[in-house]
Amino acid sequence: MSTTKKSNEIIAANVSKTFGAGPFAKEVIKDCSFTIESGKLTVMIGPSGCGKSSLIQLIAGFDQPTSGSITIGGRPIDGPGKDRLVLFQESALFPWMTTWDNVMYGPRARGEDAAASEAQAEFLLKKVGLEAFRDKFPAQLSGGMQRRAELARAMINKPEVMILDEPFRGLDHMSKELMWEYYAGLYEEDRNTNFFVTTDIDEAIFLADRLLIMTNLPTSTRSVIEIDIPRPRNIEAMADSKQANDIKTEVMTLLHEEAMKSFSGGSAAAADFLDAYSKRAG
Amino acid sequence: MSQSNATMNLTMYRISSWLKSPKPYLMFVGFGLVLSFWYFSVEVWKLPRFQDMPSLTEVFEEWFSEDPYYGLSIYTPEYYKHIGISLRRIAYAFCLATALGVPLGLFLGWSQKLREYIFPLFELLRPIPVLAWVPLAIIMFSGSETPVIFLTFLASFFATTLNTMLGVESIDEEYSRAAYCLGASRWQTFVHVVVPGAMPYIFTGLQISIGVAWFSLVAGEMVSGQYGLGYIINTAYIMVQYSQIIIGMITLGLFGYVTSALVRLAGDYMMQWRVRELALGGD
Repeated sequence: MSTTKKSNEIIAANVSKTFGAGPFAKEVIKDCSFTIESGKLTVMIGPSGCGKSSLIQLIAGFDQPTSGSITIGGRPIDGPGKDRLVLFQESALFPWMTTWDNVMYGPRARGEDAAASEAQAEFLLKKVGLEAFRDKFPAQLSGGMQRRAELARAMINKPEVMILDEPFRGLDHMSKELMWEYYAGLYEEDRNTNFFVTTDIDEAIFLADRLLIMTNLPTSTRSVIEIDIPRPRNIEAMADSKQANDIKTEVMTLLHEEAMKSFSGGSAAAADFLDAYSKRAG
Repeated sequence: MSQSNATMNLTMYRISSWLKSPKPYLMFVGFGLVLSFWYFSVEVWKLPRFQDMPSLTEVFEEWFSEDPYYGLSIYTPEYYKHIGISLRRIAYAFCLATALGVPLGLFLGWSQKLREYIFPLFELLRPIPVLAWVPLAIIMFSGSETPVIFLTFLASFFATTLNTMLGVESIDEEYSRAAYCLGASRWQTFVHVVVPGAMPYIFTGLQISIGVAWFSLVAGEMVSGQYGLGYIINTAYIMVQYSQIIIGMITLGLFGYVTSALVRLAGDYMMQWRVRELALGGD
């Protein structure tokens, strides 16, 4: 559509976040810097429980960093805004609305043109394979369908930046792969800025243009990998691709190192385990 | 149109499957056991302490008699006048308690500040039993009608308000966040998320509310009042017309059950999403 898209690059500069105070203070994010480039799908991966969700709260504007700054298109983030849309881990579809009313919620709340949004809602529901379920309530849908409905509900708002916090967590492997394809398809449709957080390596590599690898607690950026495998990508082809497998090995090595840090609490057993593991990996 | 059709079909389906299940017939067995215990203990075995009780036959003969001995049966207009007045009091008190309690509960749950002002006061007043309010109600309100309605209203109001507030607090914050993210204003979030999200608790509150309304009504009618089912029971006791006590009690039970069922039906009607959730995806 529009050839010159407004820049909505998100830059985190030396962000730190501490929860609590005094002896109960816990530093979750420490001196963390990264860039979410405009018009790209950036995936953040890190050991579980490493403070990624806290970072999302900051980017979404639900919380403020203790120090450092986060800007979007040059403006500092000081609260939730229409320019960023967050899709959380848990399904937040309104249980009291049908799939259709859920998807139409954003445009209706903002008082947008009904006919145009209805056409868009129909298009999106078809795209995620839910057109037959438009009059069902969320409880009547399976977990995967709920996530798809939620994707449609988010996409209809054409957010400048879409933030997804482990959106496919808890789905079985088959539904997960299906979701990757639905989601990648929707992303390729209009190439808005997307920020996707996950702990799943295959998911990260399949989806990402850029991959941010995070350290263990307190979180900071460990390294950045550009993934230039052409789109649309294919799950089977990716499994056989040398390029994808090389990236996977690299990411796994980095993540294992980080995961092991949280393991080695000084106990001999953990050290033995670490030793045995690194021998096998080496 | 198709929505209300589906609702109708769902209701019909639920009724027909209920009738096909053993549940309604087990219900008759339960009734039969209690009634036969009553019959045998009073009339056949004449157990000690039971001999002064009105017997089953005596009560039912009186209740269905065209010319009742104590002047009250299903054929006398007097009987319906008592029922009508009790029902009217319940209706006033319950509607008032709902009209005030639901909005107050919603705002208490929604606004931290309002809760800090009002909730401690509320929690102090709530445990005071309705009977303790009787003297004050008689002093405060003139006539015999308003004190009874006030007493009936009181317990209902507390139950409705508290449950509504808990309902708002029970709503997952994810829903409000999602609404804000999608561009809803604070007021829109209140209307589209807080109100429907609290609905299950509100209706639990209304179920309790209608129950305690009957409870307080009878307490109120026994002390102050010239008509009503509570009045019948109390007067019958003083006048030693024991069979009337039982007629009053059974009538109370019947109407209590019917009004509860009506509240539940209204809840089902307003929360189709929940009915379907509980019906495990049936449509």
